[in-house]
Amino acid sequence: MPKITYIVASGATTEIDVASGTSVMRAALQTGVPGILAECGGNTMCATCHVYVEESQLSLLSTMTAEEDALLDGVAADRRPNSRLSCQINMSPVLDGLRVYLPERQT
Amino acid sequence: MSGDGVVVVGGGQAGFQTCASLRQEGYAGRIRLVCDELHAPYQRPPLSKGFLTGKTSGDALPLRAESFYAENAIEIVNDAAAFIHRQACVVELKSGACAAYDHLVLCVGARNRTLQVQNAEAAGIVYIRTLEDAVRAARLLAIAQRAVVIGAGFIGLEFAAIACDSGLDVSVLELSDRPMKRAISQLMSDAFTRYHLSRGVKFRFGHGIAAFESVDGQVSAVVTTTGERLLADMVVVSIGVVPNVDLAAHAGLVTGNGIEVDRFLVTSDPNISAIGDCALFPHPNTNKMIRLESVQNATDQARLVAARISGTPAPYNSVPWFWTEQGAYKLQMAGTIDQCDQFVASGDPCSASFSVFCFRNGQLACVESLNRPADHIAARRVLSADRNLPTMADTAASGFSLKTWNNGNDTRAA
Repeated sequence: MPKITYIVASGATTEIDVASGTSVMRAALQTGVPGILAECGGNTMCATCHVYVEESQLSLLSTMTAEEDALLDGVAADRRPNSRLSCQINMSPVLDGLRVYLPERQT
Repeated sequence: MSGDGVVVVGGGQAGFQTCASLRQEGYAGRIRLVCDELHAPYQRPPLSKGFLTGKTSGDALPLRAESFYAENAIEIVNDAAAFIHRQACVVELKSGACAAYDHLVLCVGARNRTLQVQNAEAAGIVYIRTLEDAVRAARLLAIAQRAVVIGAGFIGLEFAAIACDSGLDVSVLELSDRPMKRAISQLMSDAFTRYHLSRGVKFRFGHGIAAFESVDGQVSAVVTTTGERLLADMVVVSIGVVPNVDLAAHAGLVTGNGIEVDRFLVTSDPNISAIGDCALFPHPNTNKMIRLESVQNATDQARLVAARISGTPAPYNSVPWFWTEQGAYKLQMAGTIDQCDQFVASGDPCSASFSVFCFRNGQLACVESLNRPADHIAARRVLSADRNLPTMADTAASGFSLKTWNNGNDTRAA
């Protein structure tokens, strides 16, 4: 199974194996990685599952929808070029080794 | 502090978030979550949407993995609260056990308003609130051919859209003259009416239900108050909810259409808070007592109470926001439409993507965005504290955009 590494704002890291098709958001909630709220449950409604993706891996991700782009304007922490909503990143073999950094706040 | 910690009654979104936020705030005392459902806290919004068709799997419903509760020392007590002994600061549970508290948080939610008409107990008639309800509805949906929905609110119309996608013949009865009247503007209601009609949904506005007909205990038809008879092998009743105030009322707390709380979400007993669907709180702008049924309200109120218990009290003034998904129509609302009397459309209200600016006493109070997430996000920022609000004239000017307005008038450091 592909691996994801979550790096929380304090620097602590958690590496987990995730079934392909599971979103980076869902995987974090299921394993108790702190820092992702996902209040709308992954419906691109709330902008509380914001992550910063390792810059060198950005190009591996599918392009963001206009909806995700719009919601990223509403995230609580700074929006940066590598900002994504983790509910919109579904794991696949090509993303094995993905590293995502969690912002300090989601609300 | 006596060391009894916090007892949270109700394992819905508000109860879960209270416990999670207490730990995030560094609260070190004991936390017990009294939960009368058999499942660990789960999401309800998908139950009237993707869960019904299997698009959202049951695995995706829990708010956190089971291990989260043990790891965070959150004790889940599978029981129900029976009585609050306020003098002793003890909650007596249905099982007879008692839970003493330093602070009690009531997140007791609401229950479905039920229909009291002939044959209301027939098989095939469902309400959608709990996971069990939704499982029952999903089973029916898989075999039904004709669905009648009673009540054109969010839940009823979300179901209608799903049933339509599943190829059912769908009729919706609504007592008022338009869908979602309590929550959205006429302009937006009309857009949804047109959309559902275009997909073949039949509306009966101004019609109530007189009775159900049944054959061998299975619902077979709905008879309306105007005498019309609609064939049905599945009925979803979605006529709103009633807040669960009995526990609080029996304990002598002040209740009305909800458990009354002040700006800090404290009930008439300083050791007891109430939040989420059951809480009747003062609207930060109008001061009118309101009660909101939404994920945002549950989670923001939970965080506020957790912060207060952990030593950082603040009044509640979050901008309410809501969403509904019906087929290809995603509607997001920021603010509340209550008492709004002037409306300005942004974009073509006959299209599938526009927003409505709603004004209360001439001041922007609510923005409804249909398939326009950028407007919604900008609206949440505009409506939050310390912003210059655009006037009606501003919003009506050609080329007005909330995002541009925000960038020009944002008082928060960028």
